Amino acid sequence: MTPLVLAQNVSKRFAPRLGLGERIAAKLGSPVETRTVHAVDNVSLAIAKGEVLGLVGESGCGKSTLGRVIAGIHPPSAGQVTIGGESVMREGRKSTTRIQTVFQDPFASLDPRIRIGEAIAEGPLAHGLMRKADARAEVARWLDAVGLPAEAAERFPHQFSGGQRQRVAIARALAMQPDILVCDEPVASLDVSIQAQIVNLFLKLRRELGLTMLFISHDLGIVRHISDRIAIMYLGRIVETGETEAVFAAPRHPYTRALLDSVPKLVTDSEELVSFKAIAGELPSPLSPPPGCHFHLRCPHAQAVCREIVPASDSQGGMHPVACHFPLIS
Amino acid sequence: MSGTMRNPLLEVTDLVTEFATRKGILRAVDKVSFAIEAGEIVGLVGESGSGKSVTGFSILGLIDPPGRIAGGSVRLGGRELVGLPPAQLRAIRGKAISMVFQDPSATLNPVLTIGTQMHLAIAAHEKTSEAAARARAAEVLARVGIPDARSRLDAHPHQFSGGMRQRVAIAIALLNRPSLIICDEPTTALDVSIQAQILAEMKALARDLGTAMIWISHDLATVSSLARRILVMYAGRIIEQGPVADVLRHPRHPYTAGLIASLPANAEPGRELRQIPGATPSLFDLPPGCAFAPRCAFSSAACAQAPALHHAGPRGWRCHHPRGMEEAR
Ligand SMILES: Nc1ncnc2c1ncn2[C@@H]1O[C@H](COP(=O)(O)OP(=O)(O)O)[C@@H](O)[C@H]1O
Ligand SMILES: Nc1ncnc2c1ncn2[C@@H]1O[C@H](COP(=O)(O)OP(=O)(O)O)[C@@H](O)[C@H]1O
Ligand code: SF4
Ligand SMILES: [Mg+2]
Ligand SMILES: [Mg+2]
Repeated sequence: MTPLVLAQNVSKRFAPRLGLGERIAAKLGSPVETRTVHAVDNVSLAIAKGEVLGLVGESGCGKSTLGRVIAGIHPPSAGQVTIGGESVMREGRKSTTRIQTVFQDPFASLDPRIRIGEAIAEGPLAHGLMRKADARAEVARWLDAVGLPAEAAERFPHQFSGGQRQRVAIARALAMQPDILVCDEPVASLDVSIQAQIVNLFLKLRRELGLTMLFISHDLGIVRHISDRIAIMYLGRIVETGETEAVFAAPRHPYTRALLDSVPKLVTDSEELVSFKAIAGELPSPLSPPPGCHFHLRCPHAQAVCREIVPASDSQGGMHPVACHFPLIS
Repeated sequence: MSGTMRNPLLEVTDLVTEFATRKGILRAVDKVSFAIEAGEIVGLVGESGSGKSVTGFSILGLIDPPGRIAGGSVRLGGRELVGLPPAQLRAIRGKAISMVFQDPSATLNPVLTIGTQMHLAIAAHEKTSEAAARARAAEVLARVGIPDARSRLDAHPHQFSGGMRQRVAIAIALLNRPSLIICDEPTTALDVSIQAQILAEMKALARDLGTAMIWISHDLATVSSLARRILVMYAGRIIEQGPVADVLRHPRHPYTAGLIASLPANAEPGRELRQIPGATPSLFDLPPGCAFAPRCAFSSAACAQAPALHHAGPRGWRCHHPRGMEEAR
């Protein structure tokens, strides 16, 4: 099957963010941090039409940056992203409405002074996807799709609860009639009892609208529930991709294994001996990632080759792809 | 609730904490009662705004105007803390009871070295030489998993990663060997791999030092793997409590049952999650009787009256229609 979304050898580097003190120090000629952050390092991904791809990894590993490059918000430093064969960017600007984003904090993406109805209609009107005369009906339709009453159009963002605001943000993305939704931690700031409501909404939208999704989250339970396939990211690189259940049942990368083991389980047997299996050490700085495999400093299986050579993504023997010199066998 | 406990370390009875606000009196903690034994780990769970932090602050006497403890009692080793003069409360805080916050910068002073801060934390409660304080500080830092602890004493907080800063805050809380530590979501802002490290260390520390712990969290899984007992809060009240595995297997309160059922782990992948309808009520606008009634599938006319606390052995719940009574042991 030809993928709908294709990211090929995408890299994204950021110049260092300098604080005021550092900028002054630089002016005075003192040495300051000049290394760039390699937020995304030569990543290739494909998402089939109608598929939900989950992207997981710990904070700072580059999930949001990759999501933004794929959504055409950030230009990549190298590589390219295409949707149905067409680039998402032209001359450094997003050139398609086919991909839209839902962010973690719905309040940040909504102007407090603008009524919800206007906020939803704004984008589609500007792109000629909606006629002014139809705006009211269209807004009502998208509000209904996310489970809000038509009257909500008249209200302001602060008049909604956190869960409802996320529904508004989703309606706003949907009104652009995208084929693909990039969801960046869309339930992370919601209460537990509300998370299930929003997860169910995504499941429904996917079923009814045939949406393709890149679902970014650090919550492995939710990603497992919603994704057909998952990609595991570590320090700017994808280390493993595969069918969700295959990866959970038999992770091939030592990092994936360790990450799955770190998640606390719901213990419902008082006799069960709980042991926490923690990954040793901390995430290295993205300013100075180690050579070779980025995980080698924390990996219990690392050998000399891991310290020198970047492992290529390998799907030997029909197994799902993994970037490791010594993939786990289960 | 303390009837089942012979010598509780901490005994909270009918605690009420209120804030005077422009919109009126907000009752953040409403008749909360529970007890903790020496060395016991108890999980306090609930959604944001349910009153977990205010409960922790109330135990420590850290409620400042316009807030006040409007009723009830907090006893530590039999001694009443509510109404103690500030100087006596200060002598208890950081000594007999200490607290760890979600954000370590609530504890750490950015301009002082870790060593100086730890020395001050010890000196607030006893006389020590600087050398003795440093030795003790280094020992505790090592216990919470800080490598090369002795040389790290001269570092400033910003020279540590987020996970390491939280470990330093935990070390400061442990310095004076408290009998109780209140941990307010200390791993919520951290990554799972760092969380797993800290959970493992905390569990071992509580066991080795015999420190009792109140572990505040919104994550049932974390609490289930750490605590022996669980307290579930909703809209300022403890609506269910008991041994954690027992409560998770046979929740009595429909809210607890709903939370457990909504976890992705309890659904087929890709299928709808069981959801609790509606949203948590505003504390200014609580329904009469059971605050969960408008969201509850089992509510009846009886629920317009506030349910009393029911007991059965170590279990307790506030509900007129508790679940799973037929399978009760
Ligand atoms: N606009 C930016 N400027 C400089 N550095 C950035 C910027 N955005 C992200 N980074 C850095 O890139 C890395 C990856 O960040 P991000 O994509 O946000 O990770 P994640 O979403 O997985 O937490 C981090 O080290 C972050 O500090
Ligand atoms: N200083 C304060 N002034 C007024 N209201 C407060 C104050 N601190 C907490 N509250 C209110 O008390 C309620 C309980 O808060 P909190 O204990 O922080 O909840 P949790 O820790 O469970 O998220 C909330 O409605 C909160 O807004
Ligand atoms: S490549 Fe080597 S260091 Fe990296 S995960 Fe595999 S075994 Fe470990
Ligand atoms: Mg992110
Ligand atoms: Mg809190």
